[in-house]
Amino acid sequence: MDMVTFYVEDEDGERQSIEAPGDMGLSLMEILKASDYPVLATCGGMALCATCHVEVVEGKDGLGDASDIELDQIDNLPNPTPTSRLACQIRISDDLDGAVFRLKGESN
Amino acid sequence: MITTDICIIGAGPVGLFAVFEAGLLKMRCHLIDALPQVGGQLSEIYPQKPIYDIPGYPEVKAQELVDNLMDQIKPFNPTFSLGERVDHIAKQTDGSYILTTSDKTKVHAQVIVIAGGLGCFEPRKPVLENLESFEGKGITYMVKNPETFRDKKVILAGGGDSALDWAIFLSNIAERVTLVHRNETFRGAPDSAAKVFDLANNGKIDLILSANLKSLGGNGKLNSVTLENKAKEEIIIDADYLIPLFGLSPKLGPIADWGLSIDKNAIEVDTRDYSTGVDRIYAIGDINTYEGKLKLILCGFHEAAIMMHSAFKHVYPDQKLSFKYTTVNGVNAF
Repeated sequence: MDMVTFYVEDEDGERQSIEAPGDMGLSLMEILKASDYPVLATCGGMALCATCHVEVVEGKDGLGDASDIELDQIDNLPNPTPTSRLACQIRISDDLDGAVFRLKGESN
Repeated sequence: MITTDICIIGAGPVGLFAVFEAGLLKMRCHLIDALPQVGGQLSEIYPQKPIYDIPGYPEVKAQELVDNLMDQIKPFNPTFSLGERVDHIAKQTDGSYILTTSDKTKVHAQVIVIAGGLGCFEPRKPVLENLESFEGKGITYMVKNPETFRDKKVILAGGGDSALDWAIFLSNIAERVTLVHRNETFRGAPDSAAKVFDLANNGKIDLILSANLKSLGGNGKLNSVTLENKAKEEIIIDADYLIPLFGLSPKLGPIADWGLSIDKNAIEVDTRDYSTGVDRIYAIGDINTYEGKLKLILCGFHEAAIMMHSAFKHVYPDQKLSFKYTTVNGVNAF
């Protein structure tokens, strides 16, 4: 199985690596939840609640473009950044290898 | 005071179906929900999305399922307090509870059922220093009564449909409306966006694009808001009101303070009857957790049925519960 490694950066700039299978069609949101990161994912991955908001610190080019519905959600947030994405709309693939994310969503 | 047998907190699909299961056992229900309409996430977040795992429905739109549930529970005449959040519960000496909502509605119930999904949908707040101290003193997150803003200086922040709609509406009521948006363009309804640009071109509202909220000014009451534009310049605007409109997000809210056992924002329950550790309080649907829990509507329906049979003893302590099928007994309205 192809494993992809990417990183989650906390507020202090510390990075933790996550390994995930790159060929199972999982989303970044699902992997973050499975890894016990505080991601609510209220809508379950339909790009409708924006609680899985992430900032792409490195590796933006490998992610593809955000869809209109995703951009609509991001646009409505109080704290977006130029590289904001919704983790539920990012598929885990080889292109994600080495990417760095910062979690921006509300964690209740 | 509203008096009922069962008070259900949360009017999503599971809370609604719980009314049916209670009704079969002749128990009356009152439902309270923080949202202004029934249906929970289904109506608020994805009304037009198809759901494929409701038994008997190969495909059903979320809102259609909610509408059908409302039809199904009609014989049992549930009552509702919508747009209200349960802030406080008080145990009575006879074991029953009095619930008090954010609008000071009081409900007396023998049993409380928490079917709160992921919690109350509350407005998303911008990160600003001293934000809380100005809440209710110039900062409000929703327009309940537009007359509040008559002849006032109002700043709206956000780029979605509600920011556009309220900017248009309040332009006729407020002394001055300023709409602040982070981007150059709006992604909301094109008609509303065009109308907003028209109003701005005609000097009816002030439109400040590519700008963010930076800080708040005022002594005890809001009187100015400082923005920062793309060039990092500060703009200070006089304001009586600031209305941030950045959508809703779920919060567990006051439920967290009721002495329930909570793990990762979910209430731990006994899977024999979905009771919590607190007498006469049950939790069903997405808000509960137990080993093997699946957050599925159909699992919430199952939990509702089991849970109501357990609650019967609190509502009718002197009666013996006899299990009956609807095919045999029908649905006896009350």
